[in-house]
Amino acid sequence: MNDTQFNKVLIVVNALVPPSLLAWDWYRGNLGANPVEFVLATTGVLTLIFLLISLAVTPLRKITGRNDLIRYRRMLGLFAFFYGCAHLVTYSIFDKSLDLSGIIEDVWQRPFIALGMSALGILLPLAVTSTNGWVKRLGGKRWQKLHRLVYVAAVFGVVHFYLIQKSDFFWPIIAGIVLAALFGYRLWVKFAPKVRSEAKA
Amino acid sequence: MSDRENIRSSEITDESVYLNRRNFIRAGAMAGTAAASGLIYRYLNPPPPREVTTAEIERFSEAEGPLKDELTPIEDVTNYNNYYEFTTDKRGVASLAADFKSEPWTVTVDGLVDKPRVFGIEDLLKIEQEERIYRFRCVEGWSMVIPWVGFPLKKLIDMAKPLGSAKYVAFQTFYGGSNPKGPEVDLPEPPNAMGNVFAGIPFPYVEGLRMDEAMHPLAILATGLYGKLMPPQNGAPIRLVVPWKYGFKSIKSIVRITFTDRQPPTTWSAATPSEYGFYSNVNPEVDHPRWSQATERRIGEYGRRETHMFNGYAEEVAGLYKGMDLRKNY
Repeated sequence: MNDTQFNKVLIVVNALVPPSLLAWDWYRGNLGANPVEFVLATTGVLTLIFLLISLAVTPLRKITGRNDLIRYRRMLGLFAFFYGCAHLVTYSIFDKSLDLSGIIEDVWQRPFIALGMSALGILLPLAVTSTNGWVKRLGGKRWQKLHRLVYVAAVFGVVHFYLIQKSDFFWPIIAGIVLAALFGYRLWVKFAPKVRSEAKA
Repeated sequence: MSDRENIRSSEITDESVYLNRRNFIRAGAMAGTAAASGLIYRYLNPPPPREVTTAEIERFSEAEGPLKDELTPIEDVTNYNNYYEFTTDKRGVASLAADFKSEPWTVTVDGLVDKPRVFGIEDLLKIEQEERIYRFRCVEGWSMVIPWVGFPLKKLIDMAKPLGSAKYVAFQTFYGGSNPKGPEVDLPEPPNAMGNVFAGIPFPYVEGLRMDEAMHPLAILATGLYGKLMPPQNGAPIRLVVPWKYGFKSIKSIVRITFTDRQPPTTWSAATPSEYGFYSNVNPEVDHPRWSQATERRIGEYGRRETHMFNGYAEEVAGLYKGMDLRKNY
């Protein structure tokens, strides 16, 4: 097993630790008085965490010069999608009893649900086209353009997180700051050299 | 290939040694990061539920059966609490509030009354205590069935003899040093984390009822639950319980009750007026702007059940709101 392979296994193992503990706690009845709410919150937060980590790959690559980090990005993004699906399934089964019309009504009436659904809806085609085959089929440029949609999904995700809080916005604000930093870095890389060269001229 | 041939075989690190060291590092990395991930998960999760340690209430008349609803287990009632002064994490309140001292304690009754006075908690515990089993519906969409012990709020109001001009009753929760200390007994100093800066609502917590709501026989001041003195996380030593309204109306750890002639400010509607009103009656037809109020999850169940008008107490309380538009007066 080479280092890349090993690191991938390392990521898979770590990514599966929280859901394993969650399942274990659920099985043992240790999720507190409202297990459904807890599973919803945990899967939702894990989705956001993995989305933010996958968005951190490019900045980290540029800052550290370790280009090989790109090899792990697909996997991190797919884990975000996986947790997002677990989040949706939990909501659909326990909150909505798989009542499709009830779910549609929820999406229609409640902005935070519409945002969450849209975010996951955006991640779906990105997950499908994440394979090497699809990169070839679409061509690198077009593939990259399509996958920039992840920025929209991340913004929707953070706003969705913010909207479900009653009054304590600590964690959504932390998520917002991290996302803003990741966006800020990209903008800086894109525009700062131009500004500098223009200033020289 | 030719390079390799030039190296004497004795210089080559034995393959098994090389692989062993590599495997050792990898195993360490695997175990270390997995353990760290697990610890982070555990850290972000509140501690396991705490047992209730408050004393048994010596004398109270038990509620008469048969029960319509199954009681929510005491473990859930006492380990899933909204008490933002400690934390906004419902599973974290019990441990943070564990050292909260509610003795000595005073409740100041003042405002438009004939007999303003400061009650010691011991005086209030002398009032005849009775058990009331009520459904409790939180605005967040979950509910419990709780056997409270306490006495009708009306009894205290009758003792205070409000003036004819009194139209509302205002309540205030204990919060750190922010409360006026009664002349007879000093309030306890804040013992711990009761200074949550991330709550997002102003403190001290205040609530209010219209006079006729406060006089209604279903409205009680509760001093305990499950036959035990009120645990800190549930609002020791004395709290309001108004079962036909959303839970946040049932203010905890009361230090002051003031009679007024105008509608008093209430914490949640002051924080977010578009989402929480003064009345806050349980109403499946009027949604919270961000979520539905048509259904609720009874703690202990996985699915959701229908929410009933006035939390199922319509027969008793609907008369209080005759002719009112409950969409406007949410």
